[in-house]
Amino acid sequence: MKELSGKVCIVGAGETHSVGVQPDKSALSLNIEAIHNAARDAGINVGEIDGIFTAGQFTPAAIGEALGVCPLVVDGTYVGGCSFMILVAHAVTALHHGLCDVAVVSHGESGRSHVGGPRTRERSLIGQFETPYGFGSAVSYFGMIATRHMHEYGTTLEQWAEVAVSTRAWASLNPKSNHRDPITVADVLASRPVCYPFNRLNVCLVTDAGGAVILTRADRAKHLAKKPVYVLGAGEATEHLMLTQMRNLTTSEATRLSGKKAFNMAGVKPNDFDHIMLYDAFTAGPPIMLESLGFCKPGEGVQYFADGRAAPGGKLPINTNGGGLSYTHTGMYGIFPIVEATRQLRGECGARQVQKINLSLVNGMGGMLSAAGTLVLGNRPKA
Amino acid sequence: MTEPDRPLPEPITPESRPYWEGLKKHRLMLPNCSRCGPFFYPRLYCPKCHRPASGWVQASGRGRLHSFQIAYQSFSSAFKIKPPYVLAMIELDEGPRLMSNLIGIAADPKAIQCDMPVEIVYEHIVGDVVLPLFKPAPAKRSSRGAKANSKAKPKAKVKTAAGRRR
Repeated sequence: MKELSGKVCIVGAGETHSVGVQPDKSALSLNIEAIHNAARDAGINVGEIDGIFTAGQFTPAAIGEALGVCPLVVDGTYVGGCSFMILVAHAVTALHHGLCDVAVVSHGESGRSHVGGPRTRERSLIGQFETPYGFGSAVSYFGMIATRHMHEYGTTLEQWAEVAVSTRAWASLNPKSNHRDPITVADVLASRPVCYPFNRLNVCLVTDAGGAVILTRADRAKHLAKKPVYVLGAGEATEHLMLTQMRNLTTSEATRLSGKKAFNMAGVKPNDFDHIMLYDAFTAGPPIMLESLGFCKPGEGVQYFADGRAAPGGKLPINTNGGGLSYTHTGMYGIFPIVEATRQLRGECGARQVQKINLSLVNGMGGMLSAAGTLVLGNRPKA
Repeated sequence: MTEPDRPLPEPITPESRPYWEGLKKHRLMLPNCSRCGPFFYPRLYCPKCHRPASGWVQASGRGRLHSFQIAYQSFSSAFKIKPPYVLAMIELDEGPRLMSNLIGIAADPKAIQCDMPVEIVYEHIVGDVVLPLFKPAPAKRSSRGAKANSKAKPKAKVKTAAGRRR
């Protein structure tokens, strides 16, 4: 696994022109627009793409057809919002072994406006054992994790709120972010109750957007338009699908396994990172991910947000694009943290640019911490 | 036949039929492994030792509230019970966990606590469809419950937000 470290680079990163509400575009268009923007960013012709990695709404065949290419490697691994981190890892393997030369990992979802892009899920388990009790969208599940965490570690509503406040502070520095007005803990606590322990401001946005990254081998990456971002480590794991099957609600086994694998491949430890992107569909997610990844003891993850370490000017910037909580969240958010980490490592982020950055961690979740994908990215070939 | 106030369980799969048939007779039946004991949800092989399931056992219907949420809005158009209502994850005394609703208590986070003892209520929804709901139960000594409780970390290990910035 270590032989794959630093061999493949992200050479292009892009999103749809807007990441807000777009009733005039289908999910397929969002996906394709993001690919074109990522290819342009890389200085690579879309026709050169010969590996298609996408999850959820569309099969790789649909994306190949819409792009007008015949890919030689296709991967539609779909384990929720972190599928895109995992697809980056799969693209690294395929590129390294020469199965393809230019890979794209892409996403497009009309999560808000529901234009095109049907999504079907296996229903026999949730249909029998969950929906009769009033469970539905993700917010009606994830709070189970947060409530149990509060019970076991004394975590408070105020502490979860700090995650939203810190993330919004970053969003206020990102002109493309959907929400930019600063908020306080009191604002979060006073926002509309949705599903205890979460109020509106504990929960991500629902938007229409796409994102994509282009990858190729390091030898070619050096000669392209932008500074290469090296994939130094990658991990993936899944634990469960039904939340009742999660071994321990307050720590994510999938995240622990995925992180361990990625850190081993890159030869890094938690305190080596300059910048972190954590999948934040809910405020309770990032602290529990930090705990599961070994950054701190269980129950201490919220401190990164409460003491300002994660916020602008802090020692360990987290979710610098404004996150799923404030920037954008289509439903499967995973491509956007990869795009942000790429931009940060290239130094393209303007007012929100993290200074002295060489190493970035991107960690995604699928479902309710059911699946995880972890990437260690750097702007040098070795950590 | 009156209109159900919630989505009925569907599609009922062949693997789960003994569970749903048991509820009609007010019995909470769990799939069992002769080596590892009962598990949930129903499937053909034990998720712990991966041997074929050995049959079904009747559970006590008692357990603890492992975690909960309070829904202040409905998350499906077919669920017509007026919010707020309590979404509950129950840990049965026999070990397996299942989702349900906690009833017979105010839908108020101050009134509800993780690990509170609960017992089953066989709720007739419509026709012969029976769902396992749960209500608070008097405290009862069960070795498993006591073990689960001692496993929990002491509370207030993390300082509360009081007095901090913002």
